[in-house]
Amino acid sequence: MIETFGRRGKAAIRYILRTPKLLLGLVLLAALLALGLVGPQFVDVENARPISVPTNQAPSAEYPLGTDSGGRDVLAVIIVGTPQTLRMGLLAGVVGVLLGTSLGLIAGYFGGRIDMAISTLTDTMLTIPPLAILLVVAASVRTMSVENMALIIALLSWMFPARTIRAQVLSLREQPYVHMARLAGLSDLRIIFEEIMPNILPLAAASFVGATSGAILAGIGLEVLGMGPQRTPTLGMTIYWAQLYSALIRGLWWWWLPPIIVLIVLFVGLFLVSAAMDEFVNPRLRKTG
Amino acid sequence: MKHAYLIRRVVMFFVVVILAATLNFIIPRLAPGDPIGAVLEELRARGASTGGDSEDEIVAAYRARFGLDKPIHIQYFSFLANTLRFDLGYSISYYPQKVEAALLRSLPWTVGLLAISTVISFAFGSFFGALMAWPRAPATVNRFVPFFMVLSAVPYYLLGLILVYIFAFVLRWLPLGGAYSSGTVPEMDLDFILDVIRHGMLPALSILLTSVGFWALGMRGVMVTVLGEDYLTLAEAKGLPDRRIFFAYAMRNALLPQVTSLAIALGTVASGSVLVEVIFNYPGVGWLLYNALRSSDYYMVQGVAFFLILTVAVSVLIVDVIYPLLDPRIER
Repeated sequence: MIETFGRRGKAAIRYILRTPKLLLGLVLLAALLALGLVGPQFVDVENARPISVPTNQAPSAEYPLGTDSGGRDVLAVIIVGTPQTLRMGLLAGVVGVLLGTSLGLIAGYFGGRIDMAISTLTDTMLTIPPLAILLVVAASVRTMSVENMALIIALLSWMFPARTIRAQVLSLREQPYVHMARLAGLSDLRIIFEEIMPNILPLAAASFVGATSGAILAGIGLEVLGMGPQRTPTLGMTIYWAQLYSALIRGLWWWWLPPIIVLIVLFVGLFLVSAAMDEFVNPRLRKTG
Repeated sequence: MKHAYLIRRVVMFFVVVILAATLNFIIPRLAPGDPIGAVLEELRARGASTGGDSEDEIVAAYRARFGLDKPIHIQYFSFLANTLRFDLGYSISYYPQKVEAALLRSLPWTVGLLAISTVISFAFGSFFGALMAWPRAPATVNRFVPFFMVLSAVPYYLLGLILVYIFAFVLRWLPLGGAYSSGTVPEMDLDFILDVIRHGMLPALSILLTSVGFWALGMRGVMVTVLGEDYLTLAEAKGLPDRRIFFAYAMRNALLPQVTSLAIALGTVASGSVLVEVIFNYPGVGWLLYNALRSSDYYMVQGVAFFLILTVAVSVLIVDVIYPLLDPRIER
């Protein structure tokens, strides 16, 4: 067992090294993760709170990314905010994909009325712009936390996984080995978990990256509008404050540029990983890339 | 068969609209606190005089005005009926202005800016994507691919901020924001139109740069399939000029699925506008929503959110109805 894992691990590493897109994406994401893990060793994260440092300081040896008008150390804010963004995205992505995969499995496997109901719901939810619902919710919920926000976003990010998984299950259901399993008298539950599940895992993993990226995009949008979590400093919230205090026309570039760069690195990293995973799942895409 | 398809689509449309209205009704009522309390709180903070009325009387008057004193199911049905008649209620912060009036005033700016940039991006991206798949295209085309692919992953409003900083703040070539210079009166003369175009350049550019990749990749995908078709081999065998094969045989057929995406993208123009308008102080629907959020104008927030969902639902419906006409093979 351990040996096969070892061999598989080696094969996976070789695949990653052979795929520059995946490698670059993973490196970018790992760099951001490292920023959040190692950063607190070097920078006092307490300075991410308002009124802890002098205001409007340009980058210097003491404050490498300067300070904002609220008296926060921008580097400290980035170090505290980046893991929050990742946590929010991962949480929303996991919940969204679990929800989507289960609904897709149920719809695809059982078919008939159940499929009809789930598919209609999926199609309906797909046409609703998530930002519209998010804003109504955010305007109603006074205090937002990172977890709250992740769960609300998760409730709006299960549709794509559900649709992809359903389509896959529809074709898997007719495979000879599934028919065999059914003839052998296996229960629906065992067929789903033992015969079908292993074959949709790569697809679920690919849609997980997409869902995480979408969740982060939605979350950042909410934060930039000032509707994100209020207690914890986040990247989007930093952009919101910078906008509110006209940091741009006051020339305080060190206030708004670092969060934007971190976010661009994050989205490009997720995009590269997601594109590479799509190619892995759907090898026809590989050549033209 | 065709009728069944149409009926299904129309039913879907109404399901979406009613669902959206219902969510708008339920979500604020699930939340703790009530809007009347929030209004009173604000009045008290501003030190407004109650004019001798007790607070309970004021609350009762407000509740009656907004219909909050009736049983919940009556409230729901009258809300639904009003919403479907596009009567979205009064704005709390601009009382007695109606939400739909404010919406209609902001809409032309959003449609003008976003629809135009979406169409330009579509045209450019589709042409570029078609070239990417074309084997006899100049080799330089494919050198831009990574650039546009990476840009398509960046949220347009973040790119917008960087563009504003470079072109408006550092170089001072273009205005920082707004839709026209303050002090000018909106008129239909050449100066004003040029002014509006100058103001629209940066937001449009940020949308263009981040969305061209999406259209190009989509087009390339379809184009590759079309290029493998028999009628293309025939066209080549007949000795038709390259240009004609590219435009009339390949691109024309590959555009069909792209047009569907375009219609849907135009439908999401309003909801996509929110952040770009906030960054550029552009007086469209997104800006309206942002201000409503900041002043806790719940009816306005709900009204705009409903409107955003409605525009998407309408465009999806239009696509579904038109598609069988464009492509007779689709008839379920």
